[in-house]
Amino acid sequence: MLAYIIRRLLYAIPILIGVNLLTFALFFVVNTPDDMARMQLGVKRVTPEAIQKWKAERGYDKPLLVNSAAAGLSTVTETIFFEKSARMFAGDFGRAEDGRDIAREIASRMGPSLAIALPTFILGLLVSISFALLLAFFRATAFDFWGVVLCVAMMSISGLFYIIGGQYLISKLWRLVPISGFGEGLEAWRFLILPVLIGVVSGIGSSARWYRTIFLEEVGKDYVRTARAKGLPETVVFFRHILRNALIPILTGVVVVIPLLFMGSLLTESFFGIPGLGSYTIDAINAQDFAVVRSMVFIGSVLYIVGLILTDISYTVVDPRIRFE
Amino acid sequence: MGFQFVLLWSDLLIWLLVAAALGAGWLIAGNPPMRAAWQRVGANRAGMASATVLMVFIAIGLLDSVHYRLKNESRAGQKATYAVEVLSVLDALVTPLRSRNEKTYSAPFATRLYAKENIDLPGQETVRDYPRLKYGGQHLGEREDDLLADVGITGFRAAILALLGWLGVFAVVGFFQRRREMFAGDVAVDRGKVLKITDDAGFAWSAVLATLALILLATVPLFWLSSQYHVFGTDKVGQDVLYQILKSVRTGLVIGLLTTLVTLPMAVLLGIVAGYFRGWVDDLIQYIYTVLNSIPGVLLIAAAVLMMQVVIDTHPQWFSTAAERADLRLLALCFILGMTSWTGLCRLLRGETLKLRELEYIQAAQAFGVSNWRIIVRHILPNLMHIIIIALVMDFSGLVLAEAVLSYVGIGVDPSMTSFGTMINNARLELGREPVVWWSLAAAFCTMFMLVLAANLFADAVRDAFDPRAR
Repeated sequence: MLAYIIRRLLYAIPILIGVNLLTFALFFVVNTPDDMARMQLGVKRVTPEAIQKWKAERGYDKPLLVNSAAAGLSTVTETIFFEKSARMFAGDFGRAEDGRDIAREIASRMGPSLAIALPTFILGLLVSISFALLLAFFRATAFDFWGVVLCVAMMSISGLFYIIGGQYLISKLWRLVPISGFGEGLEAWRFLILPVLIGVVSGIGSSARWYRTIFLEEVGKDYVRTARAKGLPETVVFFRHILRNALIPILTGVVVVIPLLFMGSLLTESFFGIPGLGSYTIDAINAQDFAVVRSMVFIGSVLYIVGLILTDISYTVVDPRIRFE
Repeated sequence: MGFQFVLLWSDLLIWLLVAAALGAGWLIAGNPPMRAAWQRVGANRAGMASATVLMVFIAIGLLDSVHYRLKNESRAGQKATYAVEVLSVLDALVTPLRSRNEKTYSAPFATRLYAKENIDLPGQETVRDYPRLKYGGQHLGEREDDLLADVGITGFRAAILALLGWLGVFAVVGFFQRRREMFAGDVAVDRGKVLKITDDAGFAWSAVLATLALILLATVPLFWLSSQYHVFGTDKVGQDVLYQILKSVRTGLVIGLLTTLVTLPMAVLLGIVAGYFRGWVDDLIQYIYTVLNSIPGVLLIAAAVLMMQVVIDTHPQWFSTAAERADLRLLALCFILGMTSWTGLCRLLRGETLKLRELEYIQAAQAFGVSNWRIIVRHILPNLMHIIIIALVMDFSGLVLAEAVLSYVGIGVDPSMTSFGTMINNARLELGREPVVWWSLAAAFCTMFMLVLAANLFADAVRDAFDPRAR
């Protein structure tokens, strides 16, 4: 098991390098630091001196890949690639346009993101799986039919409308919770209820439908027939046998997401004014702060790869037959 | 009046896509298993009802995909110049909607503006009141109280006209069906039921006709009334919301359809090649899609769109009109969305190809010395068609939804281009107003919901018909 995990970790390195090269190409080769400077300075203030000054302040005045002016190891290290991209592996993300340290900003914003994302994720999973179980239990009845119709209708609504509608109805019309904002410590729960609720509701449609097909696939299998033939009651068949076996495909889709919860949701956080990573990313996109976007891309891919490894490990926990040696 | 034909890149691709769809239809007609699968789609009532709705949206989108520029007024002998504004056939058809702009917000079916203003009455002092709209309900004159009755009567007249039109379609369909049945000969035709539409022919005519009736009953009164009122109200700059909705349809369709044009060749080619040749090719392709996949989609799109924005901003000389710039940005967005979304289909196809290449008939073909590419084209690709078609149809609704979210975030279509995302984005601030301006959001919501719901239901029908496991 340990050997397997180590091998997976080693396998992640070339992928991370690939991500790094790709973002480097996107951010520095497609458009040069000169373009970036022009963009940030605005049309009116663009002069060659201003561009030089902008680049020097942010360390973009070095060559892209090879610094022929420097000697020895510095030919490689004193380049934009090394300073801006390769250093991310060491957790050094540089500074944002407003001069703040990105790594510190990320560390302080993970908390609020998790505070929203974790309850949404767990509650959403519970609600969707229960609803899907109900649909599968009453399969081929009117309840199942209308349940699926409801799911399709719910997944046809854009996430934007759930947020706008929920905010308008619950916060503005009924004044039950504040519209947006975030509090410290235990006070935060009042701000959390609405985004969590909306997150759960907006996810039910597609996930319940997906889980239902997984359950139905299990229902048709031989071991279920055997269990019924033994004379087990339908409820036992369902909760002891089918639920447990359906967990494997459900896990596949779900575990990958867990590390990404740190990133928060772009939409939810920006709508509710939660100072997490999602709103940080949105602000960076709107301000065209390339350093921040680049860092978020890198962190996102690291978390995704962690998720992939976690998924494989979780298999062995759920199904002892699977062994990676 | 003269005009100059403008061919935007997205128009070209859309019409190519239409041509390709027609070509595919022709090929399918000659391929029995594919034809059988599509016939199963045709027999699915929910599938056909949603296809009818989709057809209406597609028709709007296609009308909006023929662009031209009007000739400016010029004296004889002068060189002809053309207006900067790029119009489409749809614009021409709904000219009153496009050109009759009010001053600012007005509610649906309103005759007066939404906010009070200072009005100078001749001979009297200034009063503060809701000013009369320039176009909405203008024909009523002083009889503003008759609004409800007028709307009711006009709507009723239009509905009757719609019903008559629908009866015409019904009669034509019934006539041809009856003739078919009579020619088929094996069904005893009940002469008493001249106009009975049956689903026996394997096509869910009843669903199509019922949906068509609903569509006609809803749209004919809507458009009739829209020539006299702003049926969905107006937005901040006084533009008719119905017009914006119509324009948004094309944006959504372009994103949904053109993105597949990018996704499809990459996913199919790389997926099959990886699964068929295995070895280092497989490793390389797997590496590429794992790298692309491990970056969260929205962030990759954001990064790419930011890059593109810089390129567009630094090369203003490339575009002669704003429409061309917006169009290029739309295309680039399709391309980027395609680049981030081919990985899923590619992985599916790779797995399926790995399975297929171990089957006996393919090994037999290899033993006979049939070339690899021939095996891929003749034996593997046809066996993957169901996965490809299901994936394509399933992706469409997701892409339309994605466009709205991306445009809201500010990394979607050009801000000058009307789309559901930009509409929602504008509407968001209006909900904070007092009193609330709700109509443009509601209109965008309903239209988008209908489009995506129809796409989802159609995708379900296609999956049921094509998925061999589902039968």
